[in-house]
Amino acid sequence: MPDDTSLSEAETTGSQEVGQHSLPMPPPGGHLSPLDEHGMTGDAKSQARIVLGRFFHQRLAVIGVCTFATLGVSALLVGIFWTYSYTDITNNLNTPPSWSDPFGTNSIGSDMFSLVMHGTIKDIQIALLVAAMATLVGSTIGAVAGFYRGWVDSLLMRLVDLILVVPILAVLIVLAHIVAKQANNWFFLAIIIGALSWTYVARLVRADFLSLRERDFVEASRALGASNTRLIVRHMLPNAIGPILVNATITVAQSIVLESTLSFLGLGIQAPDVSLGLLVSQGQDSATTEWWLFVFPVVFLVILILSIFLMGDGLREAFDPKKVKTRA
Amino acid sequence: MLAYVSRRLLVSVVVLLLATILVFLLVANSGDPLALLKTNPHISPLVVAAREHLLHLNDPLYQRYWIWFSHAIRGDLGTSITGQNVASEATSHLFVTMRMVILATVIAIFLAVFVGMYAAVHQDRFSDHAATLANFLFLAAPTFVIGLLLKEFVAIPVNQHLGHTLFYTNGEQSPTLSGPFLSRLPDYAAHTVLPTLTLVLVSYSSWAIYQRSSMLETLDNDYVRMARAKGLSPRRVLIRHVLRNALIPVVTVVALDFAAVLGGALVTEIVFGWQGLGQWFFTGVTDLDVNIVLAFLLITATFVILFNLLADILYAFLDPRIRYA
Repeated sequence: MPDDTSLSEAETTGSQEVGQHSLPMPPPGGHLSPLDEHGMTGDAKSQARIVLGRFFHQRLAVIGVCTFATLGVSALLVGIFWTYSYTDITNNLNTPPSWSDPFGTNSIGSDMFSLVMHGTIKDIQIALLVAAMATLVGSTIGAVAGFYRGWVDSLLMRLVDLILVVPILAVLIVLAHIVAKQANNWFFLAIIIGALSWTYVARLVRADFLSLRERDFVEASRALGASNTRLIVRHMLPNAIGPILVNATITVAQSIVLESTLSFLGLGIQAPDVSLGLLVSQGQDSATTEWWLFVFPVVFLVILILSIFLMGDGLREAFDPKKVKTRA
Repeated sequence: MLAYVSRRLLVSVVVLLLATILVFLLVANSGDPLALLKTNPHISPLVVAAREHLLHLNDPLYQRYWIWFSHAIRGDLGTSITGQNVASEATSHLFVTMRMVILATVIAIFLAVFVGMYAAVHQDRFSDHAATLANFLFLAAPTFVIGLLLKEFVAIPVNQHLGHTLFYTNGEQSPTLSGPFLSRLPDYAAHTVLPTLTLVLVSYSSWAIYQRSSMLETLDNDYVRMARAKGLSPRRVLIRHVLRNALIPVVTVVALDFAAVLGGALVTEIVFGWQGLGQWFFTGVTDLDVNIVLAFLLITATFVILFNLLADILYAFLDPRIRYA
């Protein structure tokens, strides 16, 4: 009967509308048959596997991951095994790149290779701390604002407005000059960047929560007696994980931009500690004469940030694939 | 709409007021702005005392803020620690900054729309990949890196090759510049090209990426297929049907990004030695000059608030389905 089949089709497609939970489930019996009664393969894939699969199908995203991993691991290894440490001072002043100093040496005879590698590590270290902090704070604030709405929401969103009303770099310059420069510690630098970087995640999560809280599965869990905390943490946050992860990745890249800009302006990492922004600032006057003092930090800084942006873009595409290629 | 705009403005004013209080407390609490003056043996303590009196440095904090606030609403932004009138200083620096920011924003918008449209139309072909990679490269390069690269590897070789200075890399104009406006124009241009180009390259990339995906989404609509099916020329479909709709989200992103452009201008000014608002603010922070920092805050925040509001209004204007309650 044609009517029956169309009805059952409507039911199956309807049941898939429930959200990201509703991937093809294995039949309750346990045995996975090659084809179940809907004509689908019973091979249950987890959300994570699907996303990872889509992620690794993008050439630029894979290039990004490989570059970032290579940079990070080699910078760590260089810090341990390389002949020179970034604090070493030798008698080879301003020598161009050679076999013993592949990136040359600077005006006090330090090996640029170890300096650049140490700067890379420092940048990654700060950026990861900033992103972790911003994501934690931002998701919490966004979740609370979107879930409870009302005056809590308005209050928290005005706090976001307060931070966004001035260019973030300007506020960072004030804070860095007054707080972090005195403390002269990368940890404080990360804290102040993180304290200003959570607003975008908060807005994203809030927007997601405003629509999620109206969904049937949330209503169902509430009817079953789930507490507000359980609803937020166990049911709604996992459904917002895509935008959160994408944004966390972008935050890593953006905080490297902010940190290196502050270091370039002399308000971030201070000598004798090293970051790529500081190295660029030290090398800028000799860019055309002792080019290796300028070019290597610049190249590493740009590649580092680029690889993270590519990863973020790949993640975004993997979580939210554009439906179809356009039929031109 | 009018009620929505006035409510938004009212909230923004409160937020702005709160921001000035926080920044005031932060800067005013962080040390003595006259410390350097006091260590100078050639300056008598009387001068220092007079300066302290002028800047109300010995008054309690709440009183100092009130003095600043009650003058600021009448347009008087006080004096800097070097004794300059902050409001008139701010105006002249603002004009310098605007020269770069307006020009760069306009060029960046056109560049972003063109690059984004081109990449979307040639989706998945080599030119799309090349454009996307270039966009990401400029997105990844911090402002100071682009500025320094243009300065060291474009301006200096070109000038050396030509034997005279085509691109100036320091300042917004020659210090000895005088004469009628038209004769000053080439000098302005030679100083403006590279900083503006820096700001264009920094700003356009994220807009172009956004424009590309917005174009792709619009291209996928049924009305586009319909327009093609009824035999409109591809150019007409692209401009009249796709671009017009794809521009709606991009316009708002550009308006919302204005704070970021001002941040980029700040770094560009420092790299190219422009006596603009950003450079002025930077010295204000390092000198712990509360009045300069607050003046910068007021000016930039006002622009950011107005542009955010403009984004909302434009959005409703371009897409009649959107109504604000």
